[in-house]
Amino acid sequence: MKKPDDAFFSRVLMMGNEAAAEAAIRAGCQCYFGYPITPQNELTAYMAKHMPERGRVFIQAESELAAISMVFGASVAGVRSMTSSSSPGISLKQEGISYLAGAQLPAVIINVQRGGPGLGSIDPSQGDYFQATKGGGHGDYHIIVLAPASVQEMHDMTLQAFRLADHYRIPVMILADGRVGQMMEPIRLHEDPPSPAPPKPWALTGAKGRPPQCIRSLFVEEGALEKHNHELQACYRQITAAETKAEETETGDCEWLIAAWGTCARISKGVVRKARAQGIKAGLVRPITLWPFPYERLARLAHQVKALLVVEMNCGQMLEDVRLAVNGVAPVHFSGYPGGRVPTETDVLNALTALALAANRKHSKTI
Amino acid sequence: MKIPKNSYQRPASLTDAAMHYCAGCGHSTVHKLLAEVLDELEIRERTIGVAPVGCAVFAYFYLKCDISEAAHGRTPAVATGIKRALPDRIVFSYQGDGDLAAIGMTETIHTANRGEPITVIFINNTVYGMTGGQMAPTTLVGQQTATSPAGRHPATMGCPIRMCELLNTLDQPYYIERVALDSHAGVVATKKALLTAFQSQVAGKGYSFVEVLSPCPIYFRCSPQKALQFVGREMAAQFPVRIFRKEGVPVHA
Repeated sequence: MKKPDDAFFSRVLMMGNEAAAEAAIRAGCQCYFGYPITPQNELTAYMAKHMPERGRVFIQAESELAAISMVFGASVAGVRSMTSSSSPGISLKQEGISYLAGAQLPAVIINVQRGGPGLGSIDPSQGDYFQATKGGGHGDYHIIVLAPASVQEMHDMTLQAFRLADHYRIPVMILADGRVGQMMEPIRLHEDPPSPAPPKPWALTGAKGRPPQCIRSLFVEEGALEKHNHELQACYRQITAAETKAEETETGDCEWLIAAWGTCARISKGVVRKARAQGIKAGLVRPITLWPFPYERLARLAHQVKALLVVEMNCGQMLEDVRLAVNGVAPVHFSGYPGGRVPTETDVLNALTALALAANRKHSKTI
Repeated sequence: MKIPKNSYQRPASLTDAAMHYCAGCGHSTVHKLLAEVLDELEIRERTIGVAPVGCAVFAYFYLKCDISEAAHGRTPAVATGIKRALPDRIVFSYQGDGDLAAIGMTETIHTANRGEPITVIFINNTVYGMTGGQMAPTTLVGQQTATSPAGRHPATMGCPIRMCELLNTLDQPYYIERVALDSHAGVVATKKALLTAFQSQVAGKGYSFVEVLSPCPIYFRCSPQKALQFVGREMAAQFPVRIFRKEGVPVHA
């Protein structure tokens, strides 16, 4: 038997929420502002313990509105800051996220999604896809949205989020769900020093040795807002060109393509394996960045497949982006789980085999 | 031309921009006093202000210090974030009655309750000025506004909220005072209150709060002179002008 190597033993068993918190600390996050909500409470508790130990800032804010505005303040001052919450709390944070986007401020926001609408449930869900990827708050803006499917990715993507936020001066959201947040897995912690923050000459640190400056999202001078919005869009185009990421599994010869993100993508990997064992040539495309969305990748794959199956823990949200990308080239089907239930491999496999069988029957009838 | 000694001069912390405030508005006076305080304490270069949503949102055009906007009412939360990130800077929020006592009431109370070592300047003129003179949390009973055209009626609209008194129930604030811009003496008192508040912060003492009863002739629907009388008589009758908290200890009337 092969002996496990050192790398194996250097792994630690962690919960997704804590892995994200530890990543923020290792990324050089100086200020964390939170408010209790299930299923992300372990993240806030972890920060409450470990941020003060390092002489960093932890505040349990009076509301999510206040927490995101405290993030805004810390970002104005030029330091790395973060907040986390779950769906209903993220709705409240949309006010601040719109202001962050308008003022071009970096920030990291973690959404450990639960069921909705309203109070919904405390079970895992992917119901906030629209909210996260289409702006969420008022105005013409986007934020970068990363979708982790494992505890390791909760850790890695949180680290990456700080780098992206600083580089593009944009809020970055980790769109996790209650399953990824709550489960425990062995992971390898990031040991390198944090990526250095770029210089932030725009930050408000006091007008010493330079003219006073302001951070604003209000532009009432004639033409100023139009110019500002064009600048934001130019930044979004840059991000789209450089940061769009998707993972493909068995897509080389696939005829039946599953499109899924986060937890559903992970489940679908197993489905691809099982389907292939039954002779169904299945593949998986998993958007890693939900915004920017990998439209081109999907458009290309659509030409080689018989049909697509979108799998989500909602009533069909990424489904709309997949349809946009596929643009009628292939049929797009949907298998959704909106009640807080995490689908099993069998659930998705049944949906996929039903598709394949129906297509075969249709084919033999035509003959 | 030689400027005579003791004559009025423009504070160095004030820009040359012509202010957009209406004739007789209290904001321009408080901006000038604030600029004088930044000059006298020599803190302009390490001060960061947070402007409200309201008439004073353009404070950054007039004050020569770093200034950030905030979402409506979240002003003290943004100030908290800045101060916690840069504890050696001087941080103030400048807010109107809608920002501070309506939409931002939660942030106001909890920032004071944590004793964040910032200075909050509260301009109370009993109306929403920027949006067209609507009823504010501090609108007097019977006062006519765009949204209380028949006058504020307590049965359906509640009564004016006294912020200094409310905050004075908390343990953490260090300094709380209410002043009125109704006269020359009132202007001098306002300057002194602002100076005390910023001195407290410079000394690292804690949360300071200055409420300024301030005229808005446009939405009081009267002349600037009459507006000053309204501040000194009607407003001061509802909002007693005095020190509420000094060096962390409540001052009893």
